[in-house]
Amino acid sequence: MKTNIQEIKDLSIGFKSQKGKQISILRNITTNIRKGETVGIVGESGSGKSTLALAMMGYIKQGLFTTGGECLFKSQNLLSLNNKELEDIRGRKIAMIPQNAGQALTPNLKIGYQIEEALKLHTDYSKGEREQKISELLNQVRLPSPKIMALRYPHELSGGQQQRVAVAMALAGNPELLLLDEPTTGLDVTTQAHVLELLKDIAKDTGTSMVYVSHDLGAIAQVCDRVIVMYAGEIVLEGPVRKILKEPIHPYTYGLLKSIPKLSLIGLPDSMPGSQPQPGNIGNGCSFYNRCNFSNDECKVNVPKLEYLSEMDTSVRCFNHSELISKTSEQKMKNHSQKKITIDEILDLKDVSISYAKQGIIDQFLNKVTDTNPTVKDINININKGETISLVGESGSGKSTILKSIAGLLKTKDGHIKFDKEKLLSGDLKKRNSEDLRSIQLIFQNPDESLNPNHTVEQILSQPLKLYFGLTGSKLKESIVELLEKVRLGAFYMSRYPRQLSGGEKQRIAVARAFAARPDIILCDEVTSALDVSVQAAVLDLLHKLKEELGTTYIFVSHDLAVVKAISDRVAVLYQGRLCEIGPSKDVYQFPSHPYTEVLIGAVLEPDPDIKPKLVAEDIVEEKPPEIGCSFQGRCPRIIGDKCRNETPPWQFGDNGNAIRCHIDIEELKIQQS
Amino acid sequence: MENSKDIFNEKPKSSFAKAFDVISTMASKPSGFIGLAILVFHIILAITSPWFAPYDYKAINPSLMLNAPSSEFWFGTDSLGRDVFTRTILGGRTALTITFFGSIIALLWGGLLGIFCGLVGGRIDDIVMRIVDAFLSIPWILAMLLIVSLLGTTTEVLIPALGFFYGKGIVRVARAATHDVIAKDFIVSAKARGHSNLSIIWNEILPNVRDAILVEGAMRWSWMLLGFSSLSFLGFGVSPPTPDWGLMISNARGLMSFAWWAVIAPIVGLSSLIIGINLTADAFAKALGIDRSTKAPV
Ligand SMILES: Nc1ncnc2c1ncn2[C@@H]1O[C@H](COP(=O)(O)OP(=O)(O)OP(=O)(O)O)[C@@H](O)[C@H]1O
Ligand code: SF4
Ligand code: SF4
Ligand SMILES: [Mg+2]
Repeated sequence: MKTNIQEIKDLSIGFKSQKGKQISILRNITTNIRKGETVGIVGESGSGKSTLALAMMGYIKQGLFTTGGECLFKSQNLLSLNNKELEDIRGRKIAMIPQNAGQALTPNLKIGYQIEEALKLHTDYSKGEREQKISELLNQVRLPSPKIMALRYPHELSGGQQQRVAVAMALAGNPELLLLDEPTTGLDVTTQAHVLELLKDIAKDTGTSMVYVSHDLGAIAQVCDRVIVMYAGEIVLEGPVRKILKEPIHPYTYGLLKSIPKLSLIGLPDSMPGSQPQPGNIGNGCSFYNRCNFSNDECKVNVPKLEYLSEMDTSVRCFNHSELISKTSEQKMKNHSQKKITIDEILDLKDVSISYAKQGIIDQFLNKVTDTNPTVKDINININKGETISLVGESGSGKSTILKSIAGLLKTKDGHIKFDKEKLLSGDLKKRNSEDLRSIQLIFQNPDESLNPNHTVEQILSQPLKLYFGLTGSKLKESIVELLEKVRLGAFYMSRYPRQLSGGEKQRIAVARAFAARPDIILCDEVTSALDVSVQAAVLDLLHKLKEELGTTYIFVSHDLAVVKAISDRVAVLYQGRLCEIGPSKDVYQFPSHPYTEVLIGAVLEPDPDIKPKLVAEDIVEEKPPEIGCSFQGRCPRIIGDKCRNETPPWQFGDNGNAIRCHIDIEELKIQQS
Repeated sequence: MENSKDIFNEKPKSSFAKAFDVISTMASKPSGFIGLAILVFHIILAITSPWFAPYDYKAINPSLMLNAPSSEFWFGTDSLGRDVFTRTILGGRTALTITFFGSIIALLWGGLLGIFCGLVGGRIDDIVMRIVDAFLSIPWILAMLLIVSLLGTTTEVLIPALGFFYGKGIVRVARAATHDVIAKDFIVSAKARGHSNLSIIWNEILPNVRDAILVEGAMRWSWMLLGFSSLSFLGFGVSPPTPDWGLMISNARGLMSFAWWAVIAPIVGLSSLIIGINLTADAFAKALGIDRSTKAPV
């Protein structure tokens, strides 16, 4: 057995509420990190995973305090060390990469300089050795031409490259334990897959122990040897990654895994009812009791203990785990009835181009087009009544831009948007009439930003009702209650402020606000990206049910290919503001595909350690689309030479009904990709 | 951090109850309590002092010149034989009134212009801010002197003039706060729904910038008080014989070495009021959850 590098014994951390009550965030955590192993900590937001990771380096956030237990790093209790002693350990023996570490690099200092500072702080190398080491580190995180990289500023690197620099800095002190808090959240799918690959190799090469905190089981599956599942401040399940992800014997983990949409399945995933209890609000019995499908009376009154099952090398906190042992996590998705969409066009985007470039006054006057290379170009999509069409692509592919111009928030440069077959939608919001405005509603990614923090739910929902239907008094109240019911919330939510709602509830209010207008089309911009998976499944389910009920058309934007597959009828793939592929959802996900679609699908991380992502293309982010030729030429793994660089590729149609824009013959693509 | 249970049971409150909450939060910390106590004391004093002032503030009596504090004249008498205690308790009235209304004017124009600039952005915002800056880069005291010497030192001149000069900081804060909010999705959402600009300002923006502006206004109040007292000190504020701390300090400062009481009393009055307002404004900011170190760029 490997030696433990860190031992956490009965650790509890809490805070004092305004009323002086002690409220715990972490309760009786006991676990070990072994030498050279990578441990994943998963859990919903608020489950205490970051607090635990920080405690592992002896750091307790302000306002929090330890209420018991210890955190031993090589038999030294970190929580009893003074600052000086901790400084000697942090960076040298234990390093941390926080979320968005790449973006947190100092903007006005060169990369090399920043790494050198880290080296100065954490090592005793001489100047010459440091320079040597900088190159080594940059090489280790696989940044091309380290000498040149070292002279760049952070903004001259892509998001993935910045994250690599952050990894290099963390490795500067040769740490024995590396803590990573959501290291790839916020990165593009392809970038994420590459960074994870890198971390895995580093762990293998250097023998560093890693603790990997994430809410993303897909990422955990790729890098971790062992997984700790947290729920409401407790460890509920802990064991080898395969056991946890393939035979989850705790009801929470079981439900969590079922709520993740997967590429291999069709339809919507199961959602878990309810939400995680808030700290201080945990009842007497099992903390998962009110969401559990396997509970009995004992669960309500007694708290289950973390029990070690030696035959599975797994610890579990549940009275009824044996019931789950027999259940394989064989999954059947709810059959989302793939309704036949009747061809009844509701929205027509014709040759739409959108440019962010500011036109010069003289050019404006002469009506001359100056931007020959607009952000979004030549978009042709017809959308039928009642269908869900998704736009996918990496960050910067113009998904939100297209939505904004449909909503009238951005003017199109060329082309037109036609609504309901005959009405041309003006690019200027002020010129749209109230009826057109009502017909198209938007839901945003982050409900924290999209709901006015100073308004109650009642005020939020009454806005569209007053604006479009002039409702007042008891009529207004009735409609609000009705809307809340629609999104499965009780009438008592009316008097709440957004900060009194959980993430999922907030997003439900945002959904209700969009539906309040009784729109024909709802534009959804990454509506589930800010939510935990179990909540995501519930919101997707809600959107789907509302659509069945009301026949609304969705235009759905997401970077998550599995989510898109679960909810959409049709998918359009965008790269750098240009359409690459469009077709019925099940066909876009099958070969032959556009080489870019292939790259995207390959990078999807499944919550299964045995399904590895296929990394075919580099993850370099391009600043601007090329002026001529195929938009994907800069990263295409199948590029066939000058033709791709000089000629705009033609649309080709597959047997299945998907259209692909590529110079490679579709039959040939099929052969290459199979 | 709050107890989530408390949060979840919180009901929306009337504005009155909200104001009460803010004040009780302010008073729950020692500094806020002291600040509030001083401020309230000064306000009550300013309102009620005419009724219990022991002497006539303008009664000159050469035989009583520069008497030291005694049981008869608690704070002594000044160079004209007037009772310093009487003049001290009355001396804050004018300053407090003028600067209070001055602050309201500063709040109004500063807040409105700031919100406007934050809203329109771009070139108009640039130009307006340049003009505001240019105007206010003139040393304010010179400008004030010019104004009062042209238009007189009446209340009708002083209030708007002070209000104008102290509104600049508020313009900046209001503009920054507005800038922060208009990028938020809930504004985009309201725009996309087709609400009118006025409705967006009133419903979406104002509730979110109000706190920052009010806090800045409270802060500006204490600055303005100091400014106004300086004017009085220079002889351009309140005209004699009306009692005023600035004026009293100015008149008595030459006699400091042998009649310290005539200077100390108004100094204590003025500085305690300024400290009181400052502490209150700080506590106000904290109670509203506004971090002044980042929100006040001036
Ligand atoms: N206001 C703006 N001014 C100039 N360029 C912009 C602006 N907004 C977006 N862009 C650029 O337009 C391109 C498309 O942006 P868009 O926001 O539509 O991408 P997206 O696909 O929604 O990405 P994400 O997944 O990150 O939301 C990007 O290159 C972006 O940098
Ligand atoms: S102890 Fe009971 S309630 Fe808790 S997870 Fe197990 S079965 Fe569910
Ligand atoms: S046209 Fe060429 S560069 Fe573009 S996707 Fe096809 S093969 Fe790749
Ligand atoms: Mg976007």
